[in-house]
Amino acid sequence: MSASGLILAGLDGDRTWGLHDYVARGGYSALKKIIAEKIPPETIIAELKASSLRGRGGAGFPTGLKWSFMPRSFPGAKYLACNSDEGEPGTFKDRDILRYNPHAVIEGMTIAAYAMGCERGYNYIHGEIFDVYQRFEDALEEARAGGLLGQNILGSDFSFDLFAHHGYGAYICGEETALLESIEGKKGQPRFKPPFPASYGLYGKPTTINNTETFASVPFIINMGGEGFLNLGKPNNGGTKLFSVSGHVNRPGNFEVPMGMPFAELLEMAGGMRGGRKLKAVIPGGSSAPVLPGGVMMDCTMDYDSISKAGSMLGSGAVIVMDETTCMVKALERLSYFYFEESCGQCTPCREGTGWLYRVVHRIEHGLGRPDDLDLLNSVTGNIMGRTICALGDAASMPVQSFIKHFGSEFQYHIENKKCLVPPEVQYQGSQIYVRP
Amino acid sequence: MLSHESLQQIDREIAKYPHDQKQSAVMSALRIAQVEKGWLPKEVIEFVAGYLGMPAIAAYEVASFYNMYDLEPIGRHKITVCTNLPCALSGGVHAGEYLKEKLGIGFNETTPDGMFTLKEGECMGACGDAPVMLVNNHRMCSWMTKEKIDQMLAELESK
Repeated sequence: MSASGLILAGLDGDRTWGLHDYVARGGYSALKKIIAEKIPPETIIAELKASSLRGRGGAGFPTGLKWSFMPRSFPGAKYLACNSDEGEPGTFKDRDILRYNPHAVIEGMTIAAYAMGCERGYNYIHGEIFDVYQRFEDALEEARAGGLLGQNILGSDFSFDLFAHHGYGAYICGEETALLESIEGKKGQPRFKPPFPASYGLYGKPTTINNTETFASVPFIINMGGEGFLNLGKPNNGGTKLFSVSGHVNRPGNFEVPMGMPFAELLEMAGGMRGGRKLKAVIPGGSSAPVLPGGVMMDCTMDYDSISKAGSMLGSGAVIVMDETTCMVKALERLSYFYFEESCGQCTPCREGTGWLYRVVHRIEHGLGRPDDLDLLNSVTGNIMGRTICALGDAASMPVQSFIKHFGSEFQYHIENKKCLVPPEVQYQGSQIYVRP
Repeated sequence: MLSHESLQQIDREIAKYPHDQKQSAVMSALRIAQVEKGWLPKEVIEFVAGYLGMPAIAAYEVASFYNMYDLEPIGRHKITVCTNLPCALSGGVHAGEYLKEKLGIGFNETTPDGMFTLKEGECMGACGDAPVMLVNNHRMCSWMTKEKIDQMLAELESK
């Protein structure tokens, strides 16, 4: 974990997560300022807009704009939800934020609740990180005891209650309406949109959902001003961002860096390529983002616009690095299995299509590919994309399309020669995806 | 059906939600019940549903949708190893193979002495710690080399 940036700055692993240390780092000063100076909600939203903060969960939607969609004058309950259901392969930043700096999320959510008039919030925490869920519960207790959460926060007439909700193993709950269904105690199956959560969300009430890192950025934006945050990054790509670097690097981990940092520098921070091997491919924004050849990636900077121009997505900031020993067919086979396994089954194109994609990639990998299989894969993805309620179908399709687009010759080699282009022993020693028969 | 302590824990979960939304606590209630019972027999799911005032089928839908609930008996310790791509690139698949060899079972199987069940898991959101495994749903084990796997198995065997 890098100790630079904003959210991760000054943290010392498991030792400094508590309220006392957070306050010593300047924590809760943004909330205290808002309450003491009675800063109007619209001023807070204006700062968010000026900061150019974009949703850190993957979609990159402008946060200030999202907050402005909440109906200010709605008479009944309004809710806030934090999406900590981090299960997009390659992404592991929210876990570190929650276990090392949970109060930044609590403060950010409390400010959001103040700005949008929400009376209650839930933080939906990924099922597999039970210890992190417990820590967040402890942090909530500290905040309540300190008068920072609950009734009449810091002696004002503003009240907000926040609770942790624990998931139990379903990737789809990272989709915001599936997450709401899950909090309601149901199967996590996405809802049709519209209506959007800002008008019909949790329990049918107006609700705003943001990612963990998005909320954790809010106190810093209030403290340094929207423009100060924006200037840390580059225009339209404000602030710092956590990048989770995994795969064939010497030091996998989270690195919080200014938006717009060259990819080459980030790779260097992660210790460079493992074993000094050559970079082959990078998935720059979590497993759903299109893969890019290493050479293309080396010319990119780490921000929404640069990665998008190169034909992929910054997504959640999960950078999966693959070296020259990687069989791209094998890599895609594993990803396709994941989407097949995690499709919620609600929409036929996704439920059937993800299984189809996996079975075809599987047979190519196992030497049973047919001459027209690549056309078949492209046809199946074309019949999934845009024909489902949520984005999981698209997320399953984009890896398939991009792997074929950039590494099609490797797939052709597999189909024609019934074996990998990369010799098995090289894969076993290098990429490590390969298993000896 | 469930111990006083489990019911107290479930009550704490119910209190997090609006009073007319007890069903929201079903995921936690099923987790708490599973911790006590080891797995979730149909009677336990039905009991949880009754406790929360929801139809039994709705609780069963939840139990069968989320993959950390066990609807069949499992070994005393469940080990779930992540083999998804980012973990695989850093030894996740090899760690899974080593576990299979050590335990003499495949994925979704239980050792004959009923001690271990081995599962292949999807992304746990801890790819930087690969190889990663989850023990009994709640304990995450990071950077699992062969030596650390040996230690973990020895420790679990004594429990």
